[in-house]
Amino acid sequence: MPKKRSSAKSAGKSITKTGAQIIVDTLIEQGVETMFGYPGGVVLPLFDKLYDAPIRFIVPRHEQGGCHMADGFARATGKVGVIVVTSGPGACNLVTGLATAMMDSVPIVALTGQVRTELIGNDAFQEADTTGITRPVTKYNSIVKDVKELARAIREAFHIASTGRPGPVLIDIPVDIQVAKCSDDDGTELKLPGYKIMRGGHARQISSAAAAINASERPVLYVGGGVISANASEELRALAEKAHIPVTMTLLGLGSYDQSKAESLDMLGMHGTAYANYAVQECDLLIAVGARFDDRVTGKVKTFAPHAKIVHIDIDPASISKNVHVDIPVVGDAKHILGELAKEVEYGERKAWFSRIAGWKKKHPLGYDRNSSVIKPQYVIEQVCEQTGGEAIITTGVGQNQMWAAQFYRFHRARQLISSGGLGTMGYGLPAAIGAQVGRPDATVIDIDGDHSFNMTLTELRTAVEYELPIKVCILNNGYMGMVRQWQELFYNKRYSKTYLANPEYAEVAEALGAAGIMVEKKADVPKAIRKMLAEKKPCVVDFRVEREENVWPMVPAGASISEMDGLDILESMA
Amino acid sequence: MKHIISALVENKPGVLAHVAGMFAARAFNIDSLVVGRTEDPALSRMTIVVVGDDRVVEQVRKQLAKIVPVVKVQDFVGQPVVARDLMLISISAPAEKRPEIISLIETFKGKVVDIGQKFVMVEISGPEAKIEGFIEMCRPYGIKSVARTGTIAMPRQSKVSGE
Ligand SMILES: Cc1ncc(C[n+]2csc(CCOP(=O)(O)OP(=O)(O)O)c2C)c(N)n1
Ligand SMILES: [Mg+2]
Repeated sequence: MPKKRSSAKSAGKSITKTGAQIIVDTLIEQGVETMFGYPGGVVLPLFDKLYDAPIRFIVPRHEQGGCHMADGFARATGKVGVIVVTSGPGACNLVTGLATAMMDSVPIVALTGQVRTELIGNDAFQEADTTGITRPVTKYNSIVKDVKELARAIREAFHIASTGRPGPVLIDIPVDIQVAKCSDDDGTELKLPGYKIMRGGHARQISSAAAAINASERPVLYVGGGVISANASEELRALAEKAHIPVTMTLLGLGSYDQSKAESLDMLGMHGTAYANYAVQECDLLIAVGARFDDRVTGKVKTFAPHAKIVHIDIDPASISKNVHVDIPVVGDAKHILGELAKEVEYGERKAWFSRIAGWKKKHPLGYDRNSSVIKPQYVIEQVCEQTGGEAIITTGVGQNQMWAAQFYRFHRARQLISSGGLGTMGYGLPAAIGAQVGRPDATVIDIDGDHSFNMTLTELRTAVEYELPIKVCILNNGYMGMVRQWQELFYNKRYSKTYLANPEYAEVAEALGAAGIMVEKKADVPKAIRKMLAEKKPCVVDFRVEREENVWPMVPAGASISEMDGLDILESMA
Repeated sequence: MKHIISALVENKPGVLAHVAGMFAARAFNIDSLVVGRTEDPALSRMTIVVVGDDRVVEQVRKQLAKIVPVVKVQDFVGQPVVARDLMLISISAPAEKRPEIISLIETFKGKVVDIGQKFVMVEISGPEAKIEGFIEMCRPYGIKSVARTGTIAMPRQSKVSGE
């Protein structure tokens, strides 16, 4: 889709610039005010130009952390996250971060240095086949071998990363290209004949979807992260209200629909609510929007939503009918399509349906043992939610902490929950919180983390201190890799193989790194500790010594239908 | 079922790796994959033969189309197409068997392109079934080696078959 950009100053024919200067100018032209990166040998020319460039630059302690920061920044702001690193080890350290962003469709532009063009393929010092290594974990990547193509390659990267189904794009730039001089670059025209985005959504398909909604007695909206990347929460709310349809969200979809509303069924899937899972299994129409029928959502695919006609609205045609047969596919931008759909739907009372849902909600609320004298992890999250008025940006680790955060924090707005859903990357929470705080300096950003997830990237706490980013970390410290332990308890006879590791005193670690640290052992001290944490101007880590062998309920065991949840009896006994 | 998929791709480094990597990562099976230049120096054509049920092939088509430097994807299934394979085959051909072999080659409209004391090398093209048939017919004489291009194809414009 070639597209002209008028703002391209670097396209001037007469000015001679180095590749490094072209990179910086093009980043500025693309609206970059903040970026992340870590230096090294083959990006020296670029870093020299960045020395006095008007771009805020955050240096992480590890490139993986930097990539998660760019990702957290992107998810919190809706802008493209930018990261620049050196060749070889620098580029290799991006892989986990890129894969995380790829799975969750997060727009990132990664620039990597590369060895001199004539050395490529010679196993030169710090050479890695970066485009080869990152091809499966990027939406697109390329190597620039002619300085004339540099500006265009970067413009294309931003265009591809941020349009259609967003994703990370990597551009590999050999060091000689950064120092090469260029007076007439390739112009501003993007050359992407193979890149097409279907924005519109077929009018006839939209009408069929509307007709299906109007005819449905038991519809459910099942929405994912696509609604958030499309900034379509408002259109979603309008549609759900106008047609009167209950809404369930995936982990990545949380926040797209206000959970304080009666129509919210909260999260569905493996650790979703019983009422969401029952509603999906009983509905006669499932309207999937920006969601991809992931196995953590569908459980046993063959018996997923067995009575439902399925409408699937998605910008990515390849998502449609990939896992589940779709009756009415609508390819296009969720914001546009939901808006059009709302025009054609009618209000449906659906009294019987809503009263069944109300029954399930009443019978199977989420819960935990509130009378326990030990700190329950769920209690910590409820307290955090209460004290932040449900308005904080929450990032998470992976495991039980992540599921409890999704279950017990009540999200009102898009971009409030930032979590590695698709890849499930432990260590994501802290750097993502830092990136989110960089992008949203006024927001309260809290990483609800697991002890072992936190262990993986805790070095980035120093980055938060360095840049005076007042992020908060609530470690739900159970000593275990809790989610794995839960599976060992349930399916491996409580043989806790390699899932316990002794942790350091996190409060002391935090203090040593220049942050504030608090340790909480008593349940009665939880509210006070959270108050203190929220008042803290420095980055602050709170080490909550929680119940060690708490389980996440309900749970759909592997291979079961999502209505076959374990733990409902346990939840009932605690209610 | 066998599908012939034709993909017009940008003539850029890394495209073949991207396509091949996608097939491997998504566990799709490739029967054959042929890449060649087109009349436009900026574009190459890949002809890919895949076997799978309609759902799998539908995914293959969509996943291919999703690759940024892939410009256009067509699945020729259900359309009349001209599909051709090219093969070089070296057959052991002692003097006493030679007349037999030569007449076999003629029947199949093959061409002898190299000949030695004990072998002949034959160039033969046509639909895959013909190539497979020729290989079977050659087996009794002893096949020394085979090199095949894999299928290339184009949809028929006319309704009449020239075959
Ligand atoms: C990088 C990485 N390695 C391994 C895993 C597998 N895994 C999933 S959850 C989990 C345990 C997480 O432990 P912790 O962070 O303490 O969280 P908890 O479940 O205890 O809340 C592990 C090891 C993973 N998701 N990511
Ligand atoms: Mg833990």
